Formats: sequence, structure tokens, C-alpha cells
Amino acid sequence: MSPALRTEGLGKAFTLHLQGGVRIPVVGGVDLAVHPGECVALWGPSGAGKSTLMRCLYGNYGAGAGRILLRHRDAEFDLAAATPQQVIAARRETLGYVSQFLRVIPRVATRDIVAEPLIARGMSREDAATRATALLHRLNLPERLHALPPATFSGGEQQRVNLARGFAPHYPVLLLDEPTASLDTANRAVVIGLIREAKAQGSAIIGIFHDSEVREAVADRLYDVHPHQDAA
Amino acid sequence: MTAPLLTAEGLNLRFGSIPALVDVSIDISAGEVVAIVGESGSGKTTLLRVLSGMMAPDAGTVRWLGDDLHAMGEAARRRLMRTDWGFVHQNPRDGLRLNVSAGGNVGERLMAVGARHYGDIRAQAIEWLKRVEVDAARIDDLPRTFSGGMQQRLQIARTLVTRPRLVFMDEPTGGLDVSVQARLLDLIRGLSRELGLAVLIVTHDIAAARLLADRMLVMRRGEVVEQGLTDRVLDDPQHPYTQLLVSSVLAA
Repeated sequence: MSPALRTEGLGKAFTLHLQGGVRIPVVGGVDLAVHPGECVALWGPSGAGKSTLMRCLYGNYGAGAGRILLRHRDAEFDLAAATPQQVIAARRETLGYVSQFLRVIPRVATRDIVAEPLIARGMSREDAATRATALLHRLNLPERLHALPPATFSGGEQQRVNLARGFAPHYPVLLLDEPTASLDTANRAVVIGLIREAKAQGSAIIGIFHDSEVREAVADRLYDVHPHQDAA
Repeated sequence: MTAPLLTAEGLNLRFGSIPALVDVSIDISAGEVVAIVGESGSGKTTLLRVLSGMMAPDAGTVRWLGDDLHAMGEAARRRLMRTDWGFVHQNPRDGLRLNVSAGGNVGERLMAVGARHYGDIRAQAIEWLKRVEVDAARIDDLPRTFSGGMQQRLQIARTLVTRPRLVFMDEPTGGLDVSVQARLLDLIRGLSRELGLAVLIVTHDIAAARLLADRMLVMRRGEVVEQGLTDRVLDDPQHPYTQLLVSSVLAA
């Protein structure tokens, strides 16, 4: 079976114009492949470029070199060379991302935040709300919070809203940046369960898991991310 | 992929020795929210005026569904502004009739596109006042008795009631309370997603643009210095000016 996502010679450097144009290479020569039903954990010390790599895969950072081949609508296409509209379509249908921080329009109810990507994929409002509610319950967010905007929630509660939003649509490819960083043991176990189910349903997952218990529970293999060697 | 609704190519415009638009090209498709950001005087509002046919460029073309906007004549452009387009002005007084009731302001747009049944018009006006969080009990009051924020919400209701396909917005949330701003952002986004409304929005507010816009164009001195996916422009800015702009924002 062909990979759900693979990269060829992916590299990323930042040029800081406000600091005299200094160029900072972060990652280079990344050849990574993840198959449906598989979970790959990015592995490396702090500052190695794991989060940068993740953001390149989501298109949040532009790739400096190489290709990002995503299986989308039954064909492979290069996300690194895609138009904004193509990236948006890929994110709606194929590529999900759970970042460490929740960034949403204020005053929107938690349930609606979780339901939004489902509605965008064509699900009815009622079905989307039902699914959102079920996932929020599973992540131990009590019903009384579902109608509130998450702005006043604790860090852990916000992260669970983010997780519900990321897991709700069953994306074929899911990127997870430290999904359990501010969660307690009970909720970590819920997230492990969600990741395992997503894999069983054929999702390809790439994650950064500093928590070794979670990593060992879900990752099939590690991908080493090295700080970039090539001199600027 | 569907063809863009509006396409502009090679727009140039000078005000005397000042370049207002320098080789600007832009397009927008149904269901897209596109933000134009940049500091005062960068040409954002001028671009909006040229794209909406209020001002002619020195060179370049603007096409609506393939037709050259500046060649189609004033009457045809006015018809577009009444039907397929909406324009939300920075100052609500420019987009409202202050001596006509709130309900009349909303109903007038409907009547301009052929609505005649008084009950329906009033029902739709009430529905839209609610959507923009103006108390329906104020329907018979004159907008001049409204606060600035309420006037702006009324202007937005008046613009959207006829379900235009493309809405131009010039700093629409500039004078609003933060809480109302958020409500409007959500409303605009929802309409874009559900009805396929295309929105071209000029704003100073980069944090709002991040939440609202699919794509972003950064202007400086009449030039588009950078454009692309909103989160990429903001998180991985390439142009020195964009890097300066993004690093100057408080928690965008």
C-alpha cells in the first residue's frame, strides 16, 4: 500500500530580515513516509526541529526544499507546491492537525468549534453537533461547558477541545503536536484510545510525544529529527 | 476548481507623484475570505475602490465573471452593486440612510431587487437585525439614534440581506466593541462557508484576519509585497515588511 504522506528531501530554513538577513537552517533532507493505520513519532532533542517539520507538513510553514506528497482524493499531490486553495481543500478533507494551542473566534460555543470541520465536510448540523457532543463527553468535558466559548477554560480543557476538533472528522492523515502535554492520567488514556481507534480506521498519524508512556502506547516507529548540519 | 468570481490584473494607479497601486493582481472565488492588510496609506482602500468599480485604474483590468468592469458602464456597475455585490463602508454613515428607519434600511435593499410583499420584507429585516444582534424592538427607530457599533451592524445587515455573492468590506470592525467584533467575524465566516459568499476585507486587525481569512495579501506603498495562505503569511513571513508587521502585532 502506498503511503498516505511522504516527503522527499524536505528542508526548511528561516531568513530573518530584521536581524540583518541571517539565515537559520532548521531541518534538511527529510525523507519520511507514513502509511494508513500507522503512527510515526518524531524523535529528537528539544530544538531539533520537530515542530517546524510538523508545520511544514501542514503547510503552515512553506517548505524551503523538497516535496510533500499527500494522498488526497485518490491521487498524490505535492503540498509544497500547492496553491492556497489546494492547501485549504486538503486540510478540509484529508489533513488534520492538533496544535498545542487552541486559536478560535471568541464567543463561539465549544460544541460549534468542534462541529465546524464536520459541517465543512458536508455533515448535517444535527449530526455534527451529536458527534461533537459525544467526543467532548469522551474527553471528560461536562455538558455544561459545551455551550460556552472555551476562552475561560483551563489549559487542559482547551487542549481537549482542540483534540475533539482534530479527531472528530476522521482525517486520513493526522498531525499531533504534543497532544497530551497538559492532560492528567485519565485524559491521557482517553487520547491513547482515540489514537488507536484512528489507526484502526486507517488514519496515518505523525506525532510529537514527549510523554514516553503515550509514545510507547501508540507509536509504531520513531523518525529521528536531527538539528540541521549543513552550514548556512 | 471553479473559476474566480473577480479577477484583476496589472492594476496601476498614481495620485500625482504617489504610486497608489503598483502592478497589483488579485482574484477571489466563491466561499473565500481574502484579507488585505498593511499600514495606513499602503493602498488597501484604493485597491478596494478600484476592484469595486468606484475608481478607475490608470492601467490594468478588473473582470467580474469574465466581463471587464471598467468597460461595462456606470448603469451596469450600479446594478452589480445592488445585486451580486455588497459594500460595507468603514463609516456606517456612508452605507446607511440615516433618515430612514432601521427596518427601512434593510428592507430598501430587498425592494431594490424586486421584493414587494411588506410582511416578508419586514420579517426578513427582523431576522437580519437579530443575526447582527440589534434588538428587533429598534426596527422602527432611526439609525441616527443608534450607537456607532449598532450602526455598523445595521449596515452589515443591510448589505447581506440580499445575499450578494461578493462583499467588499473596508475596516468593518474598526469602531466596534471587541465582543461585537467577534460576533461579526463569526457571522461573516459562517455566511461564507454556508452560502459560498466571497468576502474581500481590508483591515488593520491582523489577529482578526487570522481567524477570518483563508488568504491574505500584504500591501506596502501600493505594492502587494506578499500573499498566500493566511497562517503561512503570518507564521512564516518571507518579505522584510511582513516580518516587521507580524513581529509588531500584540499576540496575533
